[in-house]
Amino acid sequence: MTQKIHPALIGFTVVVFFFLVGPLIIVVGSALSDTTYLTFPPQGLSLRWFANIFEISAFRRTILTSLQIAFLSTFIALLLGIPAAYALNRYRIQLPGWLATLFVLPVLVPELVLGFSLLKNVAVQFNTPIFLTLVFGHSLLVLPYVVRVISASLASFDFSIEEAAISLGSPPLRTFFTILLPNVRSGVIAAFILAFITSINDVSISIFLTGPGISTLPIQLLAHMEQFFDPTVASVSVLLMALTVGVMAIVERTLGLTFLAK
Amino acid sequence: MKRFSGWTLASPATLLVVVFLVLPVVATIITTFGTAGGPLAPYLGFFGSGFRRTVLWRTVQVSFIVTAIAVIIGFITAFVISRSPGWLKSILIIAAVFPLLTGVVVRSFAWLIILGKNGILNSVLLSAGLIGEPLTMLYTQGAVIVAMVYLFVPLMILTLVGVLEGIPQDLIQASASLGAKPSATFTQVILPLAVPGLIVGAVLVFTGSFTSYATPQLLGGEQVMMMGTLMYQQAMVTFDWVAASTIAAVMVVITIAIVLAMTRIARRLNPMAV
Repeated sequence: MTQKIHPALIGFTVVVFFFLVGPLIIVVGSALSDTTYLTFPPQGLSLRWFANIFEISAFRRTILTSLQIAFLSTFIALLLGIPAAYALNRYRIQLPGWLATLFVLPVLVPELVLGFSLLKNVAVQFNTPIFLTLVFGHSLLVLPYVVRVISASLASFDFSIEEAAISLGSPPLRTFFTILLPNVRSGVIAAFILAFITSINDVSISIFLTGPGISTLPIQLLAHMEQFFDPTVASVSVLLMALTVGVMAIVERTLGLTFLAK
Repeated sequence: MKRFSGWTLASPATLLVVVFLVLPVVATIITTFGTAGGPLAPYLGFFGSGFRRTVLWRTVQVSFIVTAIAVIIGFITAFVISRSPGWLKSILIIAAVFPLLTGVVVRSFAWLIILGKNGILNSVLLSAGLIGEPLTMLYTQGAVIVAMVYLFVPLMILTLVGVLEGIPQDLIQASASLGAKPSATFTQVILPLAVPGLIVGAVLVFTGSFTSYATPQLLGGEQVMMMGTLMYQQAMVTFDWVAASTIAAVMVVITIAIVLAMTRIARRLNPMAV
């Protein structure tokens, strides 16, 4: 729908988008600078700060840790979240109303509080390995996204197809894999991606659960920034933005990006 | 034939939330009532300290300012986006989603480059002759507010585009055909219908600002301590876990109170729900 909009509003919107995209362009520019300090516009073009990322062992290690945690926690959240979303939609009457609220608690409770509580009352209290605690913390963090996105795709699923399969003698698990899962495939992909990117970017939970022994990429970035003001952080940021672009391309293919504006 | 019951399917996820979120967080809050100095001692300590009261007040203030600015910018922008032709709308939505999916560290870091002593803004202002010497912009409340607005405007835009697109066109056309000026249609039809969405967005922004850590840490530092950075400092620098738990409890109570109050108000104000 196109209607006349006041030119002042259009001008305002242009300024807003300049404000939204400008800082990220500045980060990309700074990453390409040949100088040993951060500057924009870049002075001399060079990719050496990208190479520098992999020369710093702390970055190599934390990139790997972040990827492992993101994959594992996303996998756990899907494994637990898909059946939960299915149950919430299929057995709505059987289940109590607060159950849906329980699954959004991880977004309601401040992440910092969750991170601190996991440190104090799980990791320290029961001496659980930090890596494992991080994985569970991140699984919790991303569970609401999985439940919400899968619920949204199940809302348009016709459960009578499933009934038909079952009444024709298909066992429950097989019905799940051959009937239900293919029908919510795009939802699963979207949930995977949102969960993955949320985990990769997390600061507030990880900040309490990382230490000298184990750390994640965003925490390592914060630590690096406190000591150095070189373009390494900018180049890591560019890598993360490249990941975001990839993710957006996949979401666009599977669901359309307008999905995110709901 | 045997089928999975609802509980069987929902229980693993329920267990995860109860064991790793509900119990640890409740335990954190309970410990603040069982200290040696009496049941409310940590809270009397928190509210009795001028410094901590200042931090709480500053956090409320910053979150409120950020929310107000994000609501205004987000609403106007979402309004223009919802009225744009299809191709432009897609581009604008992509431009809003991209920062949202980029991590908070990267987005705060961008402002570190812009607002630094030798940063871009200072060098632009210096070369334009507008200032004689570099301004101190980092580690001020203003820097934290700008970076947080940057953080939350995309969220506000995306929430409101969905809401504005959902307003039935018939209502707008009816209003126009009954002789309402565009400004009257805006204030009497579109705005009231958008209020519930505005409130949802405002709650997301307020609670997000109120409990944020990375942005105040990077752009505010010690000078602009907020609840999140104070809690981290108490927990991991001075190792005063009772004080950190108290801050955690205050954050949880305020966050949940705001969410509950605002969702109730949003429900009451929703003209479509009648």
